[in-house]
Amino acid sequence: MTRLFISLLGLLALAGCSSSATWGWYVIDPTTPSGWTNIKFLISGMGATIQISVIAALISIVLGLLVALPGQSSKRGWRMVNRVYVEFIRSIPLLPMLFWVFYGLPIIFRSMGLNIPIDPFWGAIITLAISDSAFTAEIYRSGIQSIARGQSEAAQTVGLNYFQTMRYVILPQAIRRILPPLANQFIYIVKMSAFASVIGMQELTRRANELVVTEYRPLELYSLLILEYLVLVLIISAGVRWLERRMGSDERR
Amino acid sequence: MSEIAIEMIDVNKWYGTFHVLKNINLTVQSGEKVVICGPSGSGKSTVVRCINRLEEHQKGIIRFEGNELTNDPKSVASIQGEIGMVFQQFNLFPHLSVLDNLMLGPMKSRGLSRAQAEERARHYLDRVRIPDQADKRPSQLSGGQQQRVAIARSLCMEPKVLLFDEPTSALDPEMISEVLDVMVELAQDGMTMVVVTHEMGFARKVADKMVFMDEGEIVEQAPPTQFFEAPETNRCKTFLGQILQH
Repeated sequence: MTRLFISLLGLLALAGCSSSATWGWYVIDPTTPSGWTNIKFLISGMGATIQISVIAALISIVLGLLVALPGQSSKRGWRMVNRVYVEFIRSIPLLPMLFWVFYGLPIIFRSMGLNIPIDPFWGAIITLAISDSAFTAEIYRSGIQSIARGQSEAAQTVGLNYFQTMRYVILPQAIRRILPPLANQFIYIVKMSAFASVIGMQELTRRANELVVTEYRPLELYSLLILEYLVLVLIISAGVRWLERRMGSDERR
Repeated sequence: MSEIAIEMIDVNKWYGTFHVLKNINLTVQSGEKVVICGPSGSGKSTVVRCINRLEEHQKGIIRFEGNELTNDPKSVASIQGEIGMVFQQFNLFPHLSVLDNLMLGPMKSRGLSRAQAEERARHYLDRVRIPDQADKRPSQLSGGQQQRVAIARSLCMEPKVLLFDEPTSALDPEMISEVLDVMVELAQDGMTMVVVTHEMGFARKVADKMVFMDEGEIVEQAPPTQFFEAPETNRCKTFLGQILQH
């Protein structure tokens, strides 16, 4: 992976060295003052991208569990709540949902007499979290279902109620199967957070877009943008692999 | 001995269209040991699972100490931890140590302190004769040891009734007797027990009442001497002939 990354960098550098007039790497040349300023401007979107992704992921982890639990109920009605939520949310493309939340939701709030403004930051987080929660709910479902039914029956016979059974018996066993795919889901959130640029969130993609408008160097600037996401995702994948190793060694113990 | 622990009156249950329990009438006195036997698929496991509400019955009445079992959360809570259960597959919690397996119920549902729960857990581990395995994981124990831990886990709740669902069927033959020995001791101490098993030696030794089931019905109920010496029905005779011939 690292080798691929380095060779990709090398390819770009090579292209920059060629004499062709179509290249303009000067826009992000760190040795020149203007290039350095541009780079700093682009990378300064990183904080917002990370904040949006992390907060959305945390909300999605909690929301996903709250959606998954009724799906395990013996009551048909509760299971329906889960199915309808998952199928409905999963079917909405992220971009329309983002527009709906950012432009539409405030109108609903106003009609209810509530004055809750939705800024790009929270608009993006709400959209990402809700959209992702349908997927995390399914991850929880498969994790919980992988624990044999006898476990919850045994918990019931020693007097544990539903929540105690989940908390002390089912989830501790399910978590090692749930964590790696959940972490994987986090990569999707990071990438999907790029959509926040269209509602004006000053994150990585928005920064690149703005600079492209003034510098008119889309190839070079978007190349750097892709590298920025690549670095972020590589860091997360390394974390996921570390987690999987840890979980795996736990299993052998 | 006169108090009624469990009472089943005309209990019926269906899985879809399959009629698993047909008009089950069964009374278990406090302190009584009832052994249920019968061919596989006869509904004997379902009977014990209905008693502690792991399964719901659709018709008839089940009472525990005079209170009817219903879907009402209060009714469900009233039996939680009062009716212990030992499963064929042990169902120990694999992520917890033996000691934590035993302490979980008493701490979370009985509100015992850690120290009280540990004292109780060690007491019952002693009683099932594995005091030195407390810190191991269940997977490090033999099948017979695991089942004895499972019995100790049930005892830690100090239940009024203990149900056994084929407790020795998943064990290697050489481990069966260590589990049965523990069960015999429990019986001698006066525990109310409902045991689904094919271990007829055990049944002869401890049962106050034998119940024979076939195709979802209780075909015969009798004291063990009468049951083994002079079974009334042909179905029961055939069954006993099959399992006692060795």
